[in-house]
Order: sequence, then C-alpha cells, then structure tokens
Amino acid sequence: MTDAEELLVRTRKLLDEHPPATTDRTDFLRARFDAGLAWVHYPVGLGGLDAPRALQAVVDAELAAAGAPDNDPRKIGIGLGMAAPTVLAHGTDEVKRRFLRPLWVGEEVWCQLFSEPGAGSDLAALATRAVRDGEDWVVDGQKVWTSSAHTARWAILIARTDPDAPKHRGITYFVCDMTDPGVEVRPLRQITGEAEFNEVFLTGVRIPDAHRLGEIGDGWRVAQTTLMNERVSIGGARIPREGGMIGKVATTWRERPELRTHDLHRRLLDHWVDAEVARLAGERLRQQLVAGRPGPEGSAMKLAFARLNQAISGLEVELLGDEGLLYGEWEMRRPELVDFTGRDAGYRYLRSKGNSIEGGTSEVLLNIVAERVLGLPPEPRNDKDVAWKDLAR
Amino acid sequence: MTETTETAEPSLDLLYSETEDDLRAAVRALLTDRAGHQDLLGRIETDSPYVPGLWKSLAGDIGVAGLLVPEKLGGQGASHREAAVVLEELGRAVTPLPYLTSAVVATETLLALAGESDAAAGLLAELAGGRTVAVLAVPLSTAPEAELPLGESVAAVADATAADVFLVLRADGLYAVPADEATVEPQTPLDLTRPLAAVTTGAGSGARLAGPDAARAAVRRGLLAGAGLLASEQLGLAEWCLEETVRYTRERHQFNRPVGSFQALKHRMAQLWLDLVGARAAARAAADALATGSADAPLIVAVAQAHCSKVAVRAAEECVQLHGGIGMTWEHPAHLALKRAKSDQIALGSTGRHQDAIAALVDLPAPA
Ligand SMILES: Cc1cc2nc3c(=O)[nH]c(=O)nc-3n(C[C@H](O)[C@H](O)[C@H](O)COP(=O)(O)OP(=O)(O)OC[C@H]3O[C@@H](n4cnc5c(N)ncnc54)[C@H](O)[C@@H]3O)c2cc1C
Repeated sequence: MTDAEELLVRTRKLLDEHPPATTDRTDFLRARFDAGLAWVHYPVGLGGLDAPRALQAVVDAELAAAGAPDNDPRKIGIGLGMAAPTVLAHGTDEVKRRFLRPLWVGEEVWCQLFSEPGAGSDLAALATRAVRDGEDWVVDGQKVWTSSAHTARWAILIARTDPDAPKHRGITYFVCDMTDPGVEVRPLRQITGEAEFNEVFLTGVRIPDAHRLGEIGDGWRVAQTTLMNERVSIGGARIPREGGMIGKVATTWRERPELRTHDLHRRLLDHWVDAEVARLAGERLRQQLVAGRPGPEGSAMKLAFARLNQAISGLEVELLGDEGLLYGEWEMRRPELVDFTGRDAGYRYLRSKGNSIEGGTSEVLLNIVAERVLGLPPEPRNDKDVAWKDLAR
Repeated sequence: MTETTETAEPSLDLLYSETEDDLRAAVRALLTDRAGHQDLLGRIETDSPYVPGLWKSLAGDIGVAGLLVPEKLGGQGASHREAAVVLEELGRAVTPLPYLTSAVVATETLLALAGESDAAAGLLAELAGGRTVAVLAVPLSTAPEAELPLGESVAAVADATAADVFLVLRADGLYAVPADEATVEPQTPLDLTRPLAAVTTGAGSGARLAGPDAARAAVRRGLLAGAGLLASEQLGLAEWCLEETVRYTRERHQFNRPVGSFQALKHRMAQLWLDLVGARAAARAAADALATGSADAPLIVAVAQAHCSKVAVRAAEECVQLHGGIGMTWEHPAHLALKRAKSDQIALGSTGRHQDAIAALVDLPAPA
C-alpha cells in the first residue's frame, strides 16, 4: 500500500533527478511513468504503484507546482480514457508492456474504430469482418466518424468474427496498427468546416492474434470496459467556478455592456446557475469517487454538460449580435487536438452539437439512466437470439 | 483554463456523514409511523394539519429542534448539514411542522443576537428544547436580501397558528411578542400543509431583543439560513415525486405494456433524475456553506434556491401528469407535493429574486 506521504517523497525524488526546467518534455514524462507516478492506481511496472486512485491528485498538485510538463490529455484522450483501461483489463502482459508507456507519454496517439455507417447507437450490429488466417486475422470493412484517425498510431477495433451468432456474441476486440498498408484514412469534414474525424477503410488488414484483447467472440464484453470508461473519464476533473463555456459568455457580458438586453440577462443567469450546479454535481461525484463510493452520476454528467454547452454557446452567438453573424474561418483544417472552448463563438456553437452525439447520444444515455438507474422496464426487442446474418440491415 | 471571478473558492463537503445517515433513518422512521400521506390527507381540511404530539416527539425525543444551537445555549451543537437532512425528510413526507420557520429561521435569527441579549439566549434555549415555537412575523415570500417589511400587521406568515412567540421587526428593533398578545387570523393557503395567517401585534407589545441595526442583520441571517435549507426540503420532495412516479409507471399497464416502458416517459423520468443529481449537489453545498459560515454562502444559497425550486416544481408537476387521472385525484398524495412545491418556489424569495442576487454577487449586471 502506498500512502500520500510516500507518494510525495517519490514525486520530489523524480523532480530532483529530472528537474523540469532542464529536462526534455518526453524524457521527463518517461521518467515519471517509470517512477510509477503516471497513473498511481495502475500496477507497478506499468506506470503505477497500485495506490488508491484518489491519491493521483497529490502527485498532480506537486508536479504542477514544480512546473512539470503534463501529458496533454486533450490530444491523447481516447488512448488515456478508453484504450488504456481496456488494454490493462484484457491485454496479455506483453501487450500491456508494449502499449501503455508510449500511450501515456503521448508518443503514440490512439483512435477508436467502433462506429460504422450501419452501426452507431446500435454498435453491436457492426459488419466489419475479421477472418482467422494462421496466426493472423484478416480484417475488411469500413469505420466512420473516427476522431484522430489521421494522427493515430494505434486503434482499438471491434470486428465481427462469427456472423452466425447473435449480434452481441460474434464480435472480437483487437488492437489495429494504423500504419498497416490496408488502412486508408479519409478526412470527413464536419459541421465546423474542419475535419476532426475520418472515414477509415480496412482492406485485407492483417492483425496478429497476439493483438487480440479478450477471448474470441467476447469482444462486446471487452467493449463495455471501453464504453464505461468513456463516460467516466468526463466527470473526473475539478473545474473552477465559471470554468468552461459559461466563463466565455460571462466575460463578454462584463466587457461589452452595449450588448446587454433584459431577455439575454435572464437567460444568462439561468445558464449561470445551471453551470454552477453542474460544477457542484461534478465536484460531488469526485468526492464520492475519492470516498470509494462511486455512484451512477457519471452518466449524468455527460448529459448535463452536453445540454449546457449547447444552450450557453447558442446564447453567446445571440449576445454577439452582428458579430455573431460572422464565422472565424471555414477553410478545411485537420486539428491535432479536440478543442471545445477554443476559437470563436460560432465554432463553439457548432462544435457543441457533437457533445450530445459523440460517445453515445443523449437519447441512448437517457435510456441507460431510465433502465439501469431508475429500474424502468426495457424497450421491447426483436434482435435477441437472432443470428447477426439474419437481421434486417 | 478560463479565467474565474472568485479566486478563493472554499472547498465544500458535499457528501453525507454517517451521523447524518443515522439521523435521516430516525426521522424517516418516525414520520412513516406517525405522519403518512394517508394520515395527512385526512387532516388537511381540519382546523390544523399538524399531527398532535409529533413536534414533541421529533423536537424533544430526537432533538431536532436544537440542531443549529450550540450545546452551551441548550441545543445539540450540530449544524446546518444535519438540519438539512431533517428538512429533506420533512419534504419527502410533506410534513406540516414548524421546523423551517421555528427551528431554522427564528432560531438562526436569535443565534445572531444570543451573545448580546440574555432575552434572546433564553428564548433560544426554549426553542432548542422544543418547548416553544417561535415564528418570524414576515410574509413567507420574504427573500434574504429583500427590503424587510416592518409592521404591526403582516399577512401570509407561515406556521403562525402554531407559534407561541412572534419575532416582530419594528423600526426601532426586534421584539418577542407572546402569541396571546397577538391577533392571528388564519388564511386559506395554496399549500395545505404549511398554514398561513395574518398576524397583528399591538404597537409596543412584547420585549425588545435588539436595536434596529442588529435586528436587521439578525433577520437577514435567519432568512438566509431558511432559504439555504429550504433547498433540502425541495430536494426531498422532488425525490419522493420521482420515486413514486417510477414505482407507479412500472406497475400501471396500458396497451399491454407497463407505461414506464414507453420511451417518452422514460426520458422524462431520466431527465428528472438528472435534475435531482444537480439539486442534491446544490442543496448539500448550501447546507455546508452555511455550516462553515463561508463568505460564499449568500451566492451558494441563491444558486441552490434558483435550481432546487425549479426542480421541485417540475418533479411534482411530472408526478401529477405521469400518474394520469389518479394524479388529479384528491385521495392521491401527488397534489400535496405539488402544492408544497409551488408555494416553496415563492417562499423565502422567488427564482427571479435569487437570480438578481446572483447577478449582483458575481458581477453580471442587468442592462442599464
Ligand atoms: C464529433 C464526433 C466524434 C466521434 N468520434 C468517434 C470515434 O472516434 N470513434 C467512433 O467509433 N465513433 C465516433 N463517433 C460516432 C458516435 O459514437 C456515433 O455518432 C453515435 O454513437 C451515434 O451513432 P449514429 O451517428 O449512427 O446515430 P444513430 O444511432 O443512427 O442515431 C440517430 C438518432 O436516433 C437516436 N436513437 C438511436 N437509437 C435510439 C434509441 N434506442 N432510443 C432513442 N433514440 C435513439 C439517436 O439518439 C440519434 O438522435 C463520433 C461522433 C461525433 C459526432
């Protein structure tokens, strides 16, 4: 067991041996990983110390105070939030050792090859095929809306390995090499004008069986690890009052008295209260996690922030009036990181529309809350116990 | 990260302690036993909705009346956090009891004066022991930062019929006026579980507890605590409404399915749950900020009120709607919750008033 005291000692030792001011960023992050201070709740040897997750804050605070570089979670969010916990839970020792360090340091970016043109909310309907060939699997299919595929070195991929089984049972989970010649990434331009996500075509892609996570046909269960972590990774951070979108509008309101109207004032105050309440709810969730009593509130936070971001950014465009009629630039760009609050009000308004779609739509999350949290009866289903190949598509 | 206006935000404890959980269990058991909804439905049209002896059991035996009062002044030496838990339970059961008015607003007002005034300290000890009920003679709608009404004749005073003593604000200070020296004329309330009355006190009656400045500050402190903890009553009420609606819609069948399996209804209930997650955080934050005497308390209280008022009303309205015809029926308790929720929205300041307070506190001024 590692306590806060010991973590502080280790953190200071790291800082002594690798002074942030004179150490290369990547070298520092590697040393931090090797010292077990990357994610302290991970196992020894894999960037952690088997310590309680809550103690990460102790390390982070000490490092931040010393001006140490961080590993920029915005750029490597899919790797950190989703690939890593799945690799940790379902990978072989060799796979864990190969992937976790460069993932955490940010040397290798990850993407998620889950969604397909015919399989979004109904992800288990996916049609991308993986066929066994000796020690390899050969993958053919098409994925879509893949964020960061253009910068990613690796992907988590789910594919169908048994079309005769019911849809949830014939899926297997892989780590896919994005530099494989059979992988073609095409930018998919989005509502904001830029291309943050992509279409990915997989043609005869060979994946070694050693890069399979979990058992053959058990990919849906493995994917649950990924999807659960996708939602949890949202509520974790501490936000200051007026952090996020509301801070942008509040600042404009204070600095531009000529824009104020009574109607907008009421709505701004409504949103200000909602944002503060969402912040407090996030804080309460964090305290529950620290106290070892996680609740179902995690899925609530994603829903709340999606609604809030959309309402606030919409108000911001209105508040700006003539300026709100303008847009920064439509030129097609391929951003390296996802930036929700960056650029201008028009961009924020458009980008926030994705908040209620990406990572599971708000409608689907409401179903989950209703059924799993409130215990309401499930929807009637007609896709159970039917072989995937016999389902209507 | 974006810039913030408040640099030093105090950290708030938003969880429940074990002591608080125990207190909740004790209060809930007593209310379930003695003040169920059916019992309440039979009582609301009589002269008094209060359950005889309930105040004595709750205030005396469990000791909830003196939670805010330090032990050396005759109380339990607990805090707003525990009082908030009591209010959550009173909200769930929509219990008619002068808890918010006497054990919170009047008590907190007197606490502000107890150091200076022996009379206030003495009265406080009686309130803490549950022997006396005191009510601040202002309209229930009075917001913490509102222009304070003075006067000999005040309407819409909550729990006036249960009061032994009125705290009356006059131009020259705060007075304690025994109820038998006052005229109390009951009014017909929207919320049948929180009786209202017009209270008239003779000029110069009663004993003076404080001069004008101290009196005003004390009353504001009482109203702030009241508004902050009312959020917990609203939370408890909303929670009951959601639980009851989920229970009912799982059982009620139409079109050969439980109506709770229809997605349109499921999403509405899930949305309410979401609002409740926020309401719980906000109500806890207000209770904790009051308990620690945080400088942030006026803002957190206003936020909690602005949010929890809306959530309670929405939960009660959804409860009525999703119960269908039975929800409109006098015999079903949904209307008790709706009436309480709607009048709680006005109590201790409307949503708009709390928003105005927020606008001033965080510098988001209205148009010139
Ligand atoms: C910005 C962005 C980034 C993304 N990045 C990735 C990525 O990196 N990797 C990846 O794999 N995917 C990614 N996605 C895809 C995302 O996960 C899917 O778009 C999402 O799951 C919804 O699927 P769909 O688009 O097929 O919509 P559909 O499932 O076709 O839904 C259409 C509409 O029907 C509603 N709906 C569907 N089912 C139900 C139901 N049961 N009850 C009620 N309503 C329902 C939906 O809510 C929606 O409103 C990204 C999406 C966006 C917007």
